[in-house]
Amino acid sequence: MAVVFDRPHALVDVSMHYCPGCTHGTIHRLVAEVLDELGIEGTTIGVSPVGCAYNNYLYFNCDMQQAAHGRAPAVATGIKRVHPDKTVFTYQGDGDLAAIGTAEIVHAAARGEKITTVFINNAIYGMTSGQMAPTSLVGQVTTTSPYGRKPELQGYPIKVSEMLSTLTGAAFVERVSMHDIKNIRNAKKAIKKAFQVQQKGYGFSIVEVLSTCPTNWGKSPVESLKLIEDKMIPYYPLGNFKGADLEV
Amino acid sequence: MGKKVLMKGNEVIAEAAIRAGCKHYFGYPITPQSDISHYMAKQLPLIGGAFVQAESEIAAINMLYGAAGAGARAMTSSSSPGISLKQEGISYMSCAELPAVVVNIVRCGPGLGGILPAQGDYFQAVKGGGHGDYKMVVLAPASLQELYELTVEAFNIADKYRILTMIMGDGNLGQMMEPIEFKDKEDIYEANKSWATTGTQMKREHNTVTSIYIEAEVLEAHNNKLQSKYTEIASKEVRVEEYNTENADIIVTAYGTVARILKNVIKNAAKEGIKVGLIRPITLWPFPSEAFARNAEHTKAFLSVELSAGQMVEDVRLAVNGKKPVYFYGRTGGMIPTENEILKKIKDILEKQGG
Ligand SMILES: Cc1ncc(C[n+]2csc(CCOP(=O)(O)OP(=O)(O)O)c2C)c(N)n1
Ligand code: SF4
Ligand SMILES: [Mg+2]
Repeated sequence: MAVVFDRPHALVDVSMHYCPGCTHGTIHRLVAEVLDELGIEGTTIGVSPVGCAYNNYLYFNCDMQQAAHGRAPAVATGIKRVHPDKTVFTYQGDGDLAAIGTAEIVHAAARGEKITTVFINNAIYGMTSGQMAPTSLVGQVTTTSPYGRKPELQGYPIKVSEMLSTLTGAAFVERVSMHDIKNIRNAKKAIKKAFQVQQKGYGFSIVEVLSTCPTNWGKSPVESLKLIEDKMIPYYPLGNFKGADLEV
Repeated sequence: MGKKVLMKGNEVIAEAAIRAGCKHYFGYPITPQSDISHYMAKQLPLIGGAFVQAESEIAAINMLYGAAGAGARAMTSSSSPGISLKQEGISYMSCAELPAVVVNIVRCGPGLGGILPAQGDYFQAVKGGGHGDYKMVVLAPASLQELYELTVEAFNIADKYRILTMIMGDGNLGQMMEPIEFKDKEDIYEANKSWATTGTQMKREHNTVTSIYIEAEVLEAHNNKLQSKYTEIASKEVRVEEYNTENADIIVTAYGTVARILKNVIKNAAKEGIKVGLIRPITLWPFPSEAFARNAEHTKAFLSVELSAGQMVEDVRLAVNGKKPVYFYGRTGGMIPTENEILKKIKDILEKQGG
């Protein structure tokens, strides 16, 4: 019998620690499938964030470094400058990338650093128990916006893809979502292209992935997928912002 | 030995680093050490390395983390306010046991302070300015020849023990010019870096560089491993200069360029029949405690002279352990003590000691 579904080689055979219904794990799988398909597991170095994915260096079979909160793009820069022939990626949450690490991601993009960032936007600080993230939606109730995010007090959520796509050094920017099969397929395509853009040396590439956090959203896994579709996508439109036409 | 060249301190650091095999440098501009960046920006692209002007000192130290974790000999440099920003990365790199060199050309603080020479970052460097139980080897050269040799040595020590090594200088050292005699070939410690993230090539298990250990037993075991490494370094890597200490009535101590002033003071004192010795710590950590303890047996008192409000003097007191009185004389804000000021202080002390 033909095997139609198997664990990607680039994913270590261990059970992951993510909550039920969390899409972090599925996104790991997509990244690993891309490493397999491009045949680059042995020449890739990844950088883990601080956030729920802090220990995904245990899950990817390629060499990995674990970075301080928000600093993954700087760590990746150091790695890439030492190994310009290798593929280097960061995997970062929204607190990591869009709050404490804003300077690092903006300048890695501005330098056109030839790295790829997989950016997990779940509109919340998952790991530290559901505080407001820079990407939390207006009105969203979190442990630090218990009356809902109020623009007059907490401003507006940051549209990272739109912001980074204004930088000339950012070669490829796309926002995708994990809320259904069709979109998961698109997410994989975007991630694959982002890695290829790096391989071709065009510059910085990033894929923003709208992701669930059932635990801190206080929703069931199914409700969470629906919430991405109904609440997140209207504010965070899906699609390519830059680099769709690049030859890879 | 090669021929002598006249160079500026900051450039000596950069040149020595390159000679030690450092091809990757990450920095953010700050006076009085920016010449290091300028030199690296010029030279590294020519030898297949990389100079990156980071967006901040935080980014620079994390780039250093990535580069060191990827197996390269790499360096960052800054001055006091920038070194404060690097403390996060220093703690992480210490935990992850990443070998690299951090240069601090100290300026006066606290706060934005001023750009003149100072030694107010001693506590931060040797007691751990970042969080957790870690140590860096801290080297304090007093001349440019020594700066050159210790910079090369800093890379060797870093690689040998998988530790961060800091070069602590002050604005005087960075800006002064002296003739340097470069070696034809440097002694390079060849480390096995099989732990580094260089890509598995599908030929080995994946390597991970990390500073996170969530389980208590595992983190304690890691801490114990770090501590035994520090103990080994403390027993093997102490460097100190002792000058005129035998029969000295009083022993003065200072590190870096201040020790040069003290040598003149010692000569002037000798003319007046006062026997003054000098202990000059070259490694600030590990601290040369033994030299102080041994000399405490015969000398009458110690005097620590610093460009600070009194920092190294605490380690002198610990080393002397109450056997003899330990005095302090310091200037701050970029003021430099004069030979006469120091000699007067010495005379006051000896008078008090009945000498
Ligand atoms: C310097 C520092 N500040 C704060 C923290 C605590 N912290 C850990 S994870 C986290 C937020 C992570 O949120 P996000 O990046 O959105 O990742 P998620 O868990 O949602 O995937 C914070 C604030 C830390 N580890 N280090
Ligand atoms: S807390 Fe949220 S983001 Fe973290 S693993 Fe659980 S569901 Fe996923
Ligand atoms: Mg998040």
